[in-house]
Amino acid sequence: MDAILKTENLRVEYRTQDSNGVKVAVRDLSLSVRSGEVFGFLGPNGAGKTTTMNVLLGFVSPTAGAAYLFGVDVRKPIARQRIGYLPELTYYYKFLTAEELLRFYARVFGLPRAETERRIDRLLKLVELEPARKRLIKTYSKGMQQRVGLAQALINDPDLLILDEPTSGLDPLGRMKVREIIQRLKQEGKTVFFSSHELGEVETVCDRVAIIHQGELKVEGRVDDLVRTHQTNLEQVFLRIIGYQPQSVP
Amino acid sequence: MNKVLALAGVVFKELYRRKDFYVLFFLTAVLTLLLASVNLFNDQRVVRYLKEVCLLLIWVSALVIAVVTTARQLPAERESRTIFPLLAKPVTRGQVLAGKFLGCWGATGLALVVFYAFFAVVSGTREGHWALGATFQALWLQWAMLAVVIAMALLGSLLLSAPSANSTICFILVGGILLVGGHLNTVALQQPEPLSSLIYALYFAIPHLEIFDVRDLLIHDQPLVGWGNCLLATLYAAVYTATFLLMAWWVFRRKPLSA
Repeated sequence: MDAILKTENLRVEYRTQDSNGVKVAVRDLSLSVRSGEVFGFLGPNGAGKTTTMNVLLGFVSPTAGAAYLFGVDVRKPIARQRIGYLPELTYYYKFLTAEELLRFYARVFGLPRAETERRIDRLLKLVELEPARKRLIKTYSKGMQQRVGLAQALINDPDLLILDEPTSGLDPLGRMKVREIIQRLKQEGKTVFFSSHELGEVETVCDRVAIIHQGELKVEGRVDDLVRTHQTNLEQVFLRIIGYQPQSVP
Repeated sequence: MNKVLALAGVVFKELYRRKDFYVLFFLTAVLTLLLASVNLFNDQRVVRYLKEVCLLLIWVSALVIAVVTTARQLPAERESRTIFPLLAKPVTRGQVLAGKFLGCWGATGLALVVFYAFFAVVSGTREGHWALGATFQALWLQWAMLAVVIAMALLGSLLLSAPSANSTICFILVGGILLVGGHLNTVALQQPEPLSSLIYALYFAIPHLEIFDVRDLLIHDQPLVGWGNCLLATLYAAVYTATFLLMAWWVFRRKPLSA
């Protein structure tokens, strides 16, 4: 099966202000995500997850290697025609209502007006914001902001969704709703690539995961294979792979 | 073009849902109407002072709206992180800049129409004749000048992360150009070399925003500027606007964004 998302020996370096001058954020990362998969991209803070996503979305240019979405180099804007992206903690234009926000993004994709209205109705129902559709976004709670973010990521009916910590900062009910939406998208045959620190959630919804640490890919495989091989849950697998040693309390 | 218009539409909505424009228009209207209600020594020429004050308020208000609205656009996108879902869509950074420019310029133009309509009504009712051609010309030239200022502020917003610093620098630059820009050649003549050449170079490099200021013609009921000259001034503004926008695009496309 063809890879929808692919990185080949991806390397990203940043200039730092200390004497060394260069920090390697991602080292020779090769990944591939296939159609219809829910793929979890895991790693501790500073592991290089967000940097990899930044490259995939064209925000940052790789120092070496390449990244492709649907076989198109990510540096070309057309590579982003069939993706939806939900960034972590975004405060959408507070002077717009949810339906105005979605109408704006639909216009960016060049959707016809009738289709736009149909999708707005469907998405606001999906993310349960139908009653608040005409309210200014500045009046929304954090959970509602995250759900309007999910709706904007779906406005173009994308084949691939890139979600950066979609449940971060949400209460248990908000997390459950987002998880249900991801599962529903999976049933619709969408490909989902997401980063998360909620390993229980990852274990529930993901088909495959990749774990990176200090910019390097440590493991990539099916969740059930990893759990079976290590004979423990995903959280313990993750801790072992990143080399975490529990310290005894004196 | 649809993407650029969609982006411009968001800026329009922002302007009319914020209070800045309403506050400035209210202040201009109140000050002008207060002055209009005063009858000093039955002097009919007092209407000229009224027009002068009203036009000065319009110039200051439009400049504030243009600079403040533009200076916050890109920093606000970064601060609220909306730049990320936006650029994750098939939109180029050039289109984002063009949309922001068009939105700010269009919104400022709309504000100018309201201000000048008010000015036309006040001066027309006081003078008994309607100088619509001259009013339109003054509006058009001011709008053309504001295109240069908006492009400059957009470039500034990419170089300086704080909108307040960018706004302050823009106000100083625009104020400086309007007040002394046209006299730099005279100043250069009185300076020794190499200062003289430097000031001359500055004189030829800066956009001469003062040429767009035809308030005196409007105040003293002078004949209109020729429409050919008006067109030349518009082209002059277009060249400087395009230059600043190209510089902004060059900076923006090289700027790494980290989500």
